[in-house]
Parts: sequence; C-alpha cells; structure tokens
Amino acid sequence: MSGPLIEFQNVSFRYGEDQPWVLKNVNFTIGEGESIAIIGHNGSGKSTIAKLINGLLSPQAGKIFVDGMRVNEKNIWAVRKSVGMVFQNPDNQFVGTTVRDDIAFGLENRGIPREEMIRRIEECLTVVNMSDYVQHEPHRLSGGQKQRVAIAGVLAILPKVIILDEATSMLDPKGRSEIVDTVSALKNNRHMSFITITHDLNEIIHADRVIVMNDGELWLEATPRQLFTKKDELVQIGLNIPFVARLAEELTRVGVELEKHPLNHEELLEELWTYHSKM
Amino acid sequence: MNNTLIIGQYVPGNSLVHRLDPRTKIVIIFFFVFFIFFANSPASYGLLTLFAITSALTTKIKLPYILKGLKPVWFLIVFTFFLHLFVTKEGEVLLHIFTYPIYSDAVSQGTAISLRFFLLIMVTSLLTLTTTPIEITDAIESLLHPLKRINFPVHELALMMSISLRFIPTLIQETEKISKAQASRGVDFKTGSIKDRMQAIVPLLVPLFVSAFKRAEDLAMAMEARGYQGGEGRTKLRQLRVEKRDILAYVLFVCVLIGLFFTRS
Ligand SMILES: Nc1ncnc2c1ncn2[C@@H]1O[C@H](COP(=O)(O)OP(=O)(O)O)[C@@H](O)[C@H]1O
Ligand SMILES: [Mg+2]
Repeated sequence: MSGPLIEFQNVSFRYGEDQPWVLKNVNFTIGEGESIAIIGHNGSGKSTIAKLINGLLSPQAGKIFVDGMRVNEKNIWAVRKSVGMVFQNPDNQFVGTTVRDDIAFGLENRGIPREEMIRRIEECLTVVNMSDYVQHEPHRLSGGQKQRVAIAGVLAILPKVIILDEATSMLDPKGRSEIVDTVSALKNNRHMSFITITHDLNEIIHADRVIVMNDGELWLEATPRQLFTKKDELVQIGLNIPFVARLAEELTRVGVELEKHPLNHEELLEELWTYHSKM
Repeated sequence: MNNTLIIGQYVPGNSLVHRLDPRTKIVIIFFFVFFIFFANSPASYGLLTLFAITSALTTKIKLPYILKGLKPVWFLIVFTFFLHLFVTKEGEVLLHIFTYPIYSDAVSQGTAISLRFFLLIMVTSLLTLTTTPIEITDAIESLLHPLKRINFPVHELALMMSISLRFIPTLIQETEKISKAQASRGVDFKTGSIKDRMQAIVPLLVPLFVSAFKRAEDLAMAMEARGYQGGEGRTKLRQLRVEKRDILAYVLFVCVLIGLFFTRS
C-alpha cells in the first residue's frame, strides 16, 4: 500500500478573519479501505473537516492531501472525483426531478458517456436496493430512500472515500437502519474508505477507528472499544453514551465484572449469559 | 405525505402526441399561434379548428377533460364575444335586443376573435397536457441552444427551471406543514378581514423564506461536491431525438398552413 488516502497536516481553519478558529492544528491520516468515525458535540468542527477534505473550504494554515494530491484550486476537481459526500438533509442534496436524473447529475458533471451512465445508474440503484424507484420524484420518497439515492449518486462516480456527514440524523429509526445496513453492506463488498460523521455514539461501533473532536481540536484517536472505557470524559465533552455501554458500566459499578466492553446488544447478551459460568 | 401532487397539468399517456419530441410540439404550437392571426375566412377558421380538434383527439385525453381545463378562460372567451357584439357598429343591423342594434360584423368579428382565443388556449394547453415539465425544459434548452453564441446562459436557465420543478412540491409540502404548525399556535388563516388574513400570512412566509435560503445554500454546496462546474463538458442523460413521427407531424402541419393560404379570402 502506498501513502495514506487522506492526510491532515497541522490544519487550522476559521470562517473569517474576525471569527474564532473552528479547527486548531488538526493532524490525522486515514488509510485506504479504512472505516473511520468522527464524533464530537455540535459545532466541534466535524462538518468543517468534511468540507475541507473535498475543497469546499480551504484551510488558512496547514496542508491537506487526498489520494496523493494536495487539495488546492488546481486539483479540486480531481479531488472531488475521489471523495463522495452525503449530507445531512435528504431533501437539500437531491438535484434531479427523478431518482434516475439525480444519480445522473454527478455523472453528467463529469462528462461520462450516456451508455456508461445508464449502466452505472442501474448498478448503483441495485446496490442501494432502490431499483424499483427509478422514475420516482423525490417528494414520493421517504427520507431513508432519499439518502439511499444520495449514496447511489455518490457510488456512481466510483470514489475512493465516502463521507457521510450526519447522514442519518434527520431520519426516523427505520430510515436510519436502512442507511446503516446499506453502508455496512458496502463496507463488506467494496474496497473503499468510509468516514462516518456523527454525534451519536451508537453509530461508531462498526468503525475501525474513531476520531473524537472537541471544540476544534482533535481530542482523541482510538478504537471504539477503547473509547467506551472513557465514558466520564466523553460525557464531559458533551456526548451521549449509548445504553449498552452505560448499562455495562453500571454493572461494573455494582461488582459485575464483564470480560470486555460490550459494543452492542448481542455482545452484552453474550457477556451476561456466560457471566455466571465464569464465576 | 401528499403522493398525488402533480406539477402542471400533465396527463400521463402513450399517444402519438405524447411521444412526439417536445421540441416538435413547441415549434408547431408556436407557428400555429402565429398563423391563427392570418385566418380571415370561415373556411380558414374551420381548417385551423379541425387541426386543433384532431390534435386534441389524437392525445386520447377525453375532450370534456381538456375543455374543463380551459375553465378559467371560458369567461374571457365569452366576454370577448359579447364585447365585440355590442361595441362593433359596422355592417347591416341584424336584429335589435331591446332596441339595441346588433350588427352583422359584430357577430362575425366577435366569433372570430373568440375562436382565435379559444384555439390559442386549447392548443397551448395540449402541450402541457401531454408533455412533462422536465421535457419542456429540455426542449427549451435545446431550442435556445444557438443563443449560447451571444453568451445567453441557456444551460443555467434550463438548470434553474429543472431545480425549480424539483423543489416546487417540496416547498408546497413545507408550506402545508408550517401553516398547520402556525394554526396550532393560534394563527388564523381562514377568517377575519382581508387585512387580518394578510397579516396571518407573515408567520407563514418568514419561516418558509428562511428555510428556502437554507435549502439553496445546502443545494449549492451539494452540487459543487458532486462535481458541478457549469455547462462546459457536461454530458446529458435525457436526450431528445427527432423520429419519423416528428417529421410526419411537421409535414402535416405544413399542409395545414398551405391549406390556410388557399382558404384565406
Ligand atoms: N458558514 C459558516 N460561517 C461561520 N461559522 C460557521 C459556518 N459554518 C459553521 N460555522 C461554525 O463553525 C463551528 C464548527 O461547525 P461545524 O463544522 O459545522 O460543526 P459540526 O459539524 O461538528 O456540528 C461552529 O461553531 C459553527 O458555528
Ligand atoms: Mg455538522
């Protein structure tokens, strides 16, 4: 493997001369095929990181590299080809009047020949399980379906990394699980990097690594499991601990020592029903 | 959610008229509207009416439905007729309505003008009945293409139109939501004086505008992230193609025009 896919070198950013720094000297790297979660309280600078990665914003200090290219005016279109982004609001990123037209939008922008477009649209809609909705207008789709179309639209340009910026935060529980399932299926089947931005700790359990942001600073890099051992600190920087982790901690407090920190219901169950036999 | 929301008055169908290239329809209708003003004899009017009715029948949309769609303009058509009937004072007196003389030219002119008006509206509504708004947008983009040379922003205009079409239902849904939310807070849209009702609109419009601006900002960001960099070097998924049926439509229409010049007096 060559160098990292994404690299931040001492990146600082603010929205204006007279505004406070939103990112302060941030450093991290993301490898090819890696699945990263970025968490942090509202306003901690997560979306700003996402927008810096594909050049929607540019830093006042430091350097950003994507796929071996420095992110700057000259490389911006090549960078955007490697980076696919799914935003928070399902409605405000749907450009086409139908599902088919919307997926075509990104392909048209890149001058992909029509036959190739048709092939890729079909393929990507199958991947996100939306083939039955090709001619649907956005107002006839649920939030989860719109976000799946957004993912298909991003997949169609064959990016190296997909950034999901709180892509599930405006969805109902059903839509949320649709997106989570779609993304985890993609992770298994494609060699691509994923950056999941969220302020919901429940969504980080599938990540290889978690970057925790606090007030514009990179607060911690850790695996999900390591992270859940720092519950008090996480609460302090304004994050909600998931139910399973909270329960596990309460159990530890009353003297029930669990072998490892459970990340989800299954692991917790496993720990609990084998607990007695280990005593 | 409101699933039956249709933009415009498009009636889905598979008739010959539906399948015509939207550019063909626009060009023919444009010239039809232009040449209506050349008709001046009963035979020439008859010919144009025949063409309009035949086209309407070809769409396989029920004629009463099409005529019902003209409802808002029926009044104007009838009004125009009576205006001419009472104002024109040429030709011979045909009869008296309560001592008010009605002239022969008044009848013929009233009929002619109303008929023109009727044909004009009917034929243009055939376009919107058989063509989706997005097809019309594509057609306009294609027809205006030559204007690119004088730096007219054809692609941008078409993109603007299609994004508007995309967001109209979203904004309508949002308006409904806001008006319900405000009604539940006690804003009364339905009763009171005109002034009261106008004032009640303010708490509806303000949040609507705020959210529309937010949407515009988000959308611009999303479009850029998806590689949008203007019309240069773009390919198109939706394509318009001139088929045999389009040629046929043009030929028929030219025949009607030739007929028009022979039937003029
Ligand atoms: N367009 C903008 N102009 C000025 N300040 C902004 C803008 N967008 C975000 N900010 C500020 O930058 C900080 C970080 O924002 P953001 O990266 O969106 O946070 P997050 O995505 O983690 O919630 C916040 O304090 C926010 O108020
Ligand atoms: Mg954000």
